[in-house]
Amino acid sequence: MDMETLLQYEWNSMWPEFTILLTAVALSLIDLFMNKKKDRSLLIWLALAGIAVAIVCLVLQFDDGVVSILNETYRLDSFAKAFKFLMLIGTGFVLLLGVPDESTSVRGEYIYLILTALLGGMMMASSADLITLFVGLELLSLSSYVLVGIRKTNPLANEAAFKYVVNGGIATAITLFGMSYLYGLTGETNIYEIQGLMGSDVVTDNRFLAVFAFLMIVVGLAFKITAAPFHMWAPDVYQGAETPVTAFLSVVSKIAGFAIMLRLLMVPFVFAPGTGEIITPDGISYETLLVSVRPYLVLLAIVTILVGNVIALRQLNAKRLFAYSSIAHAGYLLVPLAALSELVFEAVWFYLTAYLLMNIGAFAVIHVMSAEEEVTVASFAGLFKRAPYLTIAMSIYLLSLAGIPLTAGFIGKFEIFMSALGTEPKRYLLVTAMLAGTVLSYVYYFGLFVQMYFRPSKRQTPVTISNGVTAVLAITAAGTVLLGVFPSIALTFIHDHFQFLEIFNP
Amino acid sequence: MNESFLLTILILSPLLGIVLLSVMPGNHRFINYMGVLGTVLPLVLTLIVFSLFDRTVSGVQFVEYRQWFELMTSISPNEPYTVAYDLGVTGLSVLFLMLASLITFLASLTALRLKESAKGFYILFLLLELGLLGVFVSENLFLFFLFFEITLVSMFLLVGKWGGFNREKAAFSFMIYNGIGSILLLIVIIVLFVEMKTTNITELTMLLKETDSLEFLSGDTRTWLFVLLLIAFGIKLPIVPFHTWMVRVHVEAPIAVVMIHAGVLLKIGAYGLLRFGVGFFPQQLKDMAVVLAILGVINLLYGAFIALVQTELRSVLAYSSISHMGIVLLGVASFNTAGLQGAVFQTISHGLIAALLFLLVGVIVDRFHTTKLEELGGVASQAPLFAGFLLAAGLASLGLPGMSGFISEFLAFLGLFESMPVIGSVGILGLILTAVYMLRAVLAVTFGERRPLFDGIRDLTAVEIVPSAILLSIIIWIGVYPAVLSNTLQLARTIGIGG
Repeated sequence: MDMETLLQYEWNSMWPEFTILLTAVALSLIDLFMNKKKDRSLLIWLALAGIAVAIVCLVLQFDDGVVSILNETYRLDSFAKAFKFLMLIGTGFVLLLGVPDESTSVRGEYIYLILTALLGGMMMASSADLITLFVGLELLSLSSYVLVGIRKTNPLANEAAFKYVVNGGIATAITLFGMSYLYGLTGETNIYEIQGLMGSDVVTDNRFLAVFAFLMIVVGLAFKITAAPFHMWAPDVYQGAETPVTAFLSVVSKIAGFAIMLRLLMVPFVFAPGTGEIITPDGISYETLLVSVRPYLVLLAIVTILVGNVIALRQLNAKRLFAYSSIAHAGYLLVPLAALSELVFEAVWFYLTAYLLMNIGAFAVIHVMSAEEEVTVASFAGLFKRAPYLTIAMSIYLLSLAGIPLTAGFIGKFEIFMSALGTEPKRYLLVTAMLAGTVLSYVYYFGLFVQMYFRPSKRQTPVTISNGVTAVLAITAAGTVLLGVFPSIALTFIHDHFQFLEIFNP
Repeated sequence: MNESFLLTILILSPLLGIVLLSVMPGNHRFINYMGVLGTVLPLVLTLIVFSLFDRTVSGVQFVEYRQWFELMTSISPNEPYTVAYDLGVTGLSVLFLMLASLITFLASLTALRLKESAKGFYILFLLLELGLLGVFVSENLFLFFLFFEITLVSMFLLVGKWGGFNREKAAFSFMIYNGIGSILLLIVIIVLFVEMKTTNITELTMLLKETDSLEFLSGDTRTWLFVLLLIAFGIKLPIVPFHTWMVRVHVEAPIAVVMIHAGVLLKIGAYGLLRFGVGFFPQQLKDMAVVLAILGVINLLYGAFIALVQTELRSVLAYSSISHMGIVLLGVASFNTAGLQGAVFQTISHGLIAALLFLLVGVIVDRFHTTKLEELGGVASQAPLFAGFLLAAGLASLGLPGMSGFISEFLAFLGLFESMPVIGSVGILGLILTAVYMLRAVLAVTFGERRPLFDGIRDLTAVEIVPSAILLSIIIWIGVYPAVLSNTLQLARTIGIGG
């Protein structure tokens, strides 16, 4: 590859990534040469500026067609844009949460590691090749491992980081193992090439291997999105990490996980033959692979919903509670995928948007309260007396998480129900699980209501909230209600700017 | 019918009170009065709707329609699922609307006694009213569900914060039971939505009636949907195995909230059953009429027997509500004009009677600080006015001719005997029991040995006499001149059967 070919590429399609990369590099250098005693909050503002620029670049690309560069390994299509948009916004919120006030300080590593993790996530959303996909995944994972363990002296953080490294390592290994079968079957790493080769005789003769590859990839990625039974790390890691990091893991990292999951499961396997035989007049043919593996996806979704919600019932620590709650939400998000509904991209994207707003909001509240003590469910007692506005914001997030109308969470859930019931045959099993899960979740979400409104408080002092957190709370609460009352904002936005079906076209 | 915003203004009218209350300081002297004033505006608007409602034409009136949002799929972008904001009232919903605003207003008067955190109470109270009004003017299942959930959340907070000793437990079981009900309802709504591409109630009724099961939903699916609806609204009504939450709420919730709960909220169950159950799935209902009738008889008898042995006045009334709702079920099950009309009458009439009874229970709680039957007694001589109203309310409840309870039970049983005489005769037993437990409870409070402890107790004050008198006169009015309901109802047109 010479200079000329390199220059021919439409590099401008990578501007958002470049911006984040440059910001991260610049910040690490500034941090290195900056006086150790100096306040690092400047770095956060620089990082936020970088994210703002990246968002602007991304928005300017919205209406461009599909761009594929670097030997078709990097691909910018609607799907990638939609998910990158969410990740950038989510990371912006996380950084705002970390804005220090008079009593706290911030570490430089924390800021640029979040940016590199974000970069990994963005690469995952945009790659069309197993290699770049994997590199993106590793970049996100490795940065997250360090972020979790950043409080070196805290035993919980150490435990969390260790668990995360070991579990995450195993998970990526399993994904890679699955990918190796894909490569072995087709001799290609580009997922669009693989898609084309999946109909070949070699694959048809070895279709069980294709199914095996699919399932291995699912298992590996299930760790990333905390789907049960591969969720064990999440509660410990969420508890041990600092709250903004937890928010990052539960939102941005999960969005990246769903992005890679949708692309890697839908695209290469869409034409692949499955295990079931269909007898047609012309002889025997095979059902598609996505149909054959559906029962496993259904099972994964149901188990995730039930495990998340049932275990959340008994949690006393707020972060662990929200860890299980986010496991349950991962289960809801798996429903459209398992239903193979035509609404799958819309439903998942909208729900992730809602989830981003309500979950970051909830973690922002926990972040505020963790300044006083380790946050338990009982710490919420009497919060309404001490901090009415904070409580109202929290109520909005909780109602949205529980799926009560006039919140974004309800519209998202409505769309997921639609996706499961709008396909033929209707997925009653998935719907039943979601139903049970939703009712169970009322118990713990409204349990927090009981604490906040009905119980007397142990403390009398008002809660102090930093400016950054106030901004996050205001934006997320307003966004949750806005998307609940006027969902058409997001729905027409998707419709006008994103043609999700582009994802299938090489 | 040209476009009007009357209904939108009506459902948003409680917001005015909410806004005014939230800017007032919490310890303001007039905060309670402000709360009461907040319920006056919706009442006035409802009266306007009620009087402007044209009783000579059929169909939905005061229709408002806006597109709210569309769900588009990338595969078929030209066939979006449209969710609309549409409002409208039929004869049936106008009656319920009237019931809701009236009882909310009267209930707000009884909350004037409230001393502690009245601001929050009235804000939630008005929010509850907003939900109630919305439920009855929604012409669209999506909106119906939305407002239904608003009542749920506000009710949860009202019970949990201002209730009695076991308030948290009551609030919780309220939330869980009704949460299950509402989710089941949501499933029905979504299945209808994905199949029919609309959530408009009138359109759905027409579509489901005109298409046979081959075209849209299969017969089996329809039966399942009907069963889900029956459970969803059965929890609300409540139908017997699902009633425990309702007894808890009756016993624990603050009196003003119980008045609304017994008077209006439970009636959403009957409203839903009549409007959606009867409207969407008449055939399925006919097939399952016997089951419904048996459930009704169980409700009627179970409620009556349990009420007979209760030692606490609120529990007596709670079980009495269950028993009376059995009659609604019986009326629906009979599936003829008389029976359905009886069901509607019974719902409205019981709403009024239950509100009156709980209003008086509120007086008991305020003056005597107990609702245990054995600790009460002989108050007839100390508080004659109160005793009189209580007796009248009790008589109305047991179905004394000349009061609304009689005409509704009469119609319901008339319908039932027409279609299922055997079940009807078993059910009659329940009516006798009603007289027994009601008189037992009322007499235990008013008559008996005069207790010196209660000497010098205040009789009803003006704020209590006015609402009691209003309720009682409406009860008698309906009893004497039931056409006041049936003219508006126009059953044959509203639900579209019988006649």
